[in-house]
Amino acid sequence: MPDHSQAPSEPVVTRSFPDSSVGLVTPETLHFDQPLALSCGRMLEQFDLVIETYGELNKSASNAVLICHALSGDHHAAGYHSEDDRKPGWWDSAIGPGKAIDTNQFYVVSLNNLGGCRGSTGPVSINPETGKPWGPDFPVVTVEDWVESHALLADRLGITQWAAIVGGSLGGMQVLEWTIRFPDRVRHAAVIASAPKLSAQNIAFNEVARQAIMSDPQFLEGRYLESETLPASGLGLARMVGHITYLSDDAMKAKFDRDRKVTDFQFDYGAEFQVESYLRYQGESFTKRFDANTYLLMTRALDYYDPASRHNHNLVEALANAKARFLVISFTTDWRFSPERSEEIVNALHTAGKDVSYLKVDAPQGHDAFLMDIPRYTNALSAWMNRVATESKEYTV
Amino acid sequence: MRRDFSVISQWIPPQSRVLDLACGDGELLDQLKRDKSVSGYGLEIDPDKIQTCLERGVSVIEQDIDKGLNNFESGSFDTVVMTSALQALHNPDKVLDEMLRVGKECIVTFPNFGHWRCRLHLGIHGRMPVSEFMPYSWYDTPNIHFCTFKDFEDLCHSKRLRVLRRLVTDQQLKDNLPARLLPNLFGEVAIYHISPKT
Repeated sequence: MPDHSQAPSEPVVTRSFPDSSVGLVTPETLHFDQPLALSCGRMLEQFDLVIETYGELNKSASNAVLICHALSGDHHAAGYHSEDDRKPGWWDSAIGPGKAIDTNQFYVVSLNNLGGCRGSTGPVSINPETGKPWGPDFPVVTVEDWVESHALLADRLGITQWAAIVGGSLGGMQVLEWTIRFPDRVRHAAVIASAPKLSAQNIAFNEVARQAIMSDPQFLEGRYLESETLPASGLGLARMVGHITYLSDDAMKAKFDRDRKVTDFQFDYGAEFQVESYLRYQGESFTKRFDANTYLLMTRALDYYDPASRHNHNLVEALANAKARFLVISFTTDWRFSPERSEEIVNALHTAGKDVSYLKVDAPQGHDAFLMDIPRYTNALSAWMNRVATESKEYTV
Repeated sequence: MRRDFSVISQWIPPQSRVLDLACGDGELLDQLKRDKSVSGYGLEIDPDKIQTCLERGVSVIEQDIDKGLNNFESGSFDTVVMTSALQALHNPDKVLDEMLRVGKECIVTFPNFGHWRCRLHLGIHGRMPVSEFMPYSWYDTPNIHFCTFKDFEDLCHSKRLRVLRRLVTDQQLKDNLPARLLPNLFGEVAIYHISPKT
């Protein structure tokens, strides 16, 4: 060990985060010993969930907000993991002191879902029975399974009822399922850029992504970790396809148009156009932080979710027992989860006599808009969360 | 509170289900929620007004009523209300049909284009009326389908609607003798409570 005893004492340099940031956060791993019965019929005997929390839980535990992540999200929704972290959590624009989901008011819980690859039990975890990574043997979990696991998490944290559950895209499906499965445990539900089920077109995009992964020679039927390799090109390709569908035509035009990296055509197939280079970069960097089996699993969970199918294919019936007050938001240029799909949810809710507000936000960013700080969107979420805070205080009294 | 809202409030039974078309900043629904414990939604397209609805906790759905109410089931509301929006619709007659389909009863308010001041403006000055009440010029007005009380009565008649109550008054909604005697000449605002003929 180097000897520092002679070194002059240096002042501790701490990075100052903005006042509106939750600052430094540390994830926490919770172990669950109770078995979880999964939709596929299999049992998960024990599992870990990695969570982050922001803000303070009040004495009556009435100010808790659950954040549900989308396809490639995780528990790190806000703040920074270290002083020199370049980027904050994936929804830092909405979570923090004074932000739309105000951590001065709420105790915010964000987790990595089962089957994820950021610390919660999933394909990259070690299967206790074999001592090897689960890989393709990890069960295909569903939105319903996730919500069941969230409920165990809520029990562990002493939260009998969430003040609100908020999620976008695949996260919105989890919010919807919460209101159906545990109507007494959620007072407010925000379903953003989501759908009550995927369309054939949407499943088709997922299938292309899965084929890209599974046809990579390094995929090795999902056992790539055991062989210390990665289906990087397949996963990268899957991400590229996804990326295209998350952006609108206008957004891509604004961002890249036909701009080229080199003036003259090279008459070959290198990344000459800016859009090519961007997609290649996105695909490549994704393979460094995401697991291919998890990608397969997450897209499958998306495909399978269809709460109406359990109720004669009638969404109104599926939502009949929901008690939450809903906020549904869509974005005009989102064609992966179009406004029409959100309106299916809204129509079912008002037909079922449920409390719902709906906004169709004019935004050029496509599906990605739900992760962005768009003034109308942020203001609406903020106003709605303020009502949640007010009603939560009334609830405490 | 707006005076026309206090009249409407009297016509809506407690605990009923209300749909407010072009609900604006949600003032009426907010009032009805507090005074009459009604439930229901406002429909609105103006982003700023929708924001105000959210701030005051009024349930609001972003929807263009000119495109119909197809997504609402027949008879699913006790009362469908529309205040000061009839004249701004592209298809006021079709929206009226939709209101009567979705609601068991409807309340509609609109300004009277047959008011003497409008007639004076057009008759003497030969110009489209512009006033504090109707502040727009002809080319930028959102009000594209003005009518008079008589016109509206004709429409109700041709659609065989039942007029349950009607109040024709001035803007302050004071008891106005001339407006009672000659509504189409002296009334500024009409509040109609109608239902489909059963």
